[in-house]
Amino acid sequence: MFTILGIPGPLLFGQLLLGVINGAFYAMLSLGLAVIFGMLNIINFAHGALFMMGAFVSWMLLNYLGIGYFPSLILSPLIVGIFGLILERTIISRLYKLDHVYGLLLTFGLALVIEGLFRNAYGSSGMPYRIPEALQGATNLGFMFLPNYRGWVVLVAIIVCLATWAVIEKTFLGARLRAATENAPLVQAFGVDVPRLITLTYGGGIALAAFAGVLAAPIYSVNPNMGSNFINTVFAVVVIGGMGSIMGSIVTGFGLGVIEGLTKVFYPQASATVIFLVMVIVLLAMPRGLFGKAV
Amino acid sequence: MLEVKGLNAWYGESHILHGVDFEVRDGEVVTLLGRNGAGKTTTMKSIMGLVPRREGSVRYNGTETVALAPNFIAKAGIAFCPEERGIFGSLSVSENLMLPPIVAPGGLSVEEIYTLFPNLRERAGTSQGTKLSGGEQQMLAIGRILRTGAKMLLLDEPTEGLAPVIVQQIGRTIREIKARGFTVLLVEQNFRFASTVADRHYVMEHGRIIDMIRNERLEANMDKLHDYLGV
Repeated sequence: MFTILGIPGPLLFGQLLLGVINGAFYAMLSLGLAVIFGMLNIINFAHGALFMMGAFVSWMLLNYLGIGYFPSLILSPLIVGIFGLILERTIISRLYKLDHVYGLLLTFGLALVIEGLFRNAYGSSGMPYRIPEALQGATNLGFMFLPNYRGWVVLVAIIVCLATWAVIEKTFLGARLRAATENAPLVQAFGVDVPRLITLTYGGGIALAAFAGVLAAPIYSVNPNMGSNFINTVFAVVVIGGMGSIMGSIVTGFGLGVIEGLTKVFYPQASATVIFLVMVIVLLAMPRGLFGKAV
Repeated sequence: MLEVKGLNAWYGESHILHGVDFEVRDGEVVTLLGRNGAGKTTTMKSIMGLVPRREGSVRYNGTETVALAPNFIAKAGIAFCPEERGIFGSLSVSENLMLPPIVAPGGLSVEEIYTLFPNLRERAGTSQGTKLSGGEQQMLAIGRILRTGAKMLLLDEPTEGLAPVIVQQIGRTIREIKARGFTVLLVEQNFRFASTVADRHYVMEHGRIIDMIRNERLEANMDKLHDYLGV
């Protein structure tokens, strides 16, 4: 057993891993939020609730239909994503021309309704979701034991985040999205169906949240509060990274997860607040966030 | 052929266009002249569907477009080059060029656009469209709509704020695309420039068309024009 700065090695790396895992979820959730805010100008408070729905749908698929983890990784985002499309088409799109506040209120209300419905049906204590066989067990890395499932989560999260970044920054569809974020009416005047693009973007952001939910199910038990536990921190991540910045959300998400993890080891008293401390410092120095463009 | 009859338009409560009537025949270059605030840009935006509340009739090649959303108007074959040029900073120069989708066959190829605007070819690799100079942005804004296959082009003050040498280049470009069969509706404050490219000029005031002057008769009507435009 070795120690670093007085902390036993395995403990440090264990907390670091926890931090990276939390960071993976921060990154995935803030990515969806950042894209939705960039395109729709809506602060999507319902994001946490839809993340929770993603976990619940995978639980339901397993327990009602016998559909396992790996198919759920595709089906749950599909189902919740379509639900997101319907939400956008019917309710959210009515608010685009109004002040930010209305979008915030509406999505906050949606979050309360969704969480309330699930709490009603399934209670608050949470339900277990077993780690799939293929990902059980742990690997000895020498300086620590890495639980396989957690390694899988980090790997998949990085791949998905980078893939999303690549689609937005490097592809043709991404160019349309970026242009519509800057000047939607002009893009529509060129012949692009911008309302449909917006709907699909919202659905995509939601699908991403639901995908994170499926990844989260075996780690955090599936319960109606799992979204609201995350959402405040995720908002801080988005603000620090820069509203609307894709790379900002990814880097900041992982980074803050690690910072939070390290704080838990070296100064646990501050671990609940350290992210908000970082937010205050960053905003004082760089009001647009680390990678931000103008809000 | 574009036929505008009785076009009224509002920005919220403000009634800006009070029954605009004019037409642009295939292959023509027609200008809208008038003082600031006369309603020229509003007219263009209304044709393009960018002014939400509009009434009257805007027929392009027989299709009524006054109630259509902007993307359907674009698909009908009309393309818009706004006064601010609308170059996207989050897109590279070539992404800007390729952004507007093809709406009909017969548009210029990218190669032809670079031949028309050699500066753009040089700057094609620039990562941010807004890093281009004003003149280059104007060329990009015109170039990208030439690719789409739209035959009716709405150009809003394409020479505004540009150096005389670039203004001449834009004039050459408009004459060139006219020769290729495009139809152009032009908003211009600079009527001397307009006279080098246009067939006819409509004069607008207070949201109405008050006169039409054929280009050949422009010199003869200088006094009237000075009155209208207050120059």
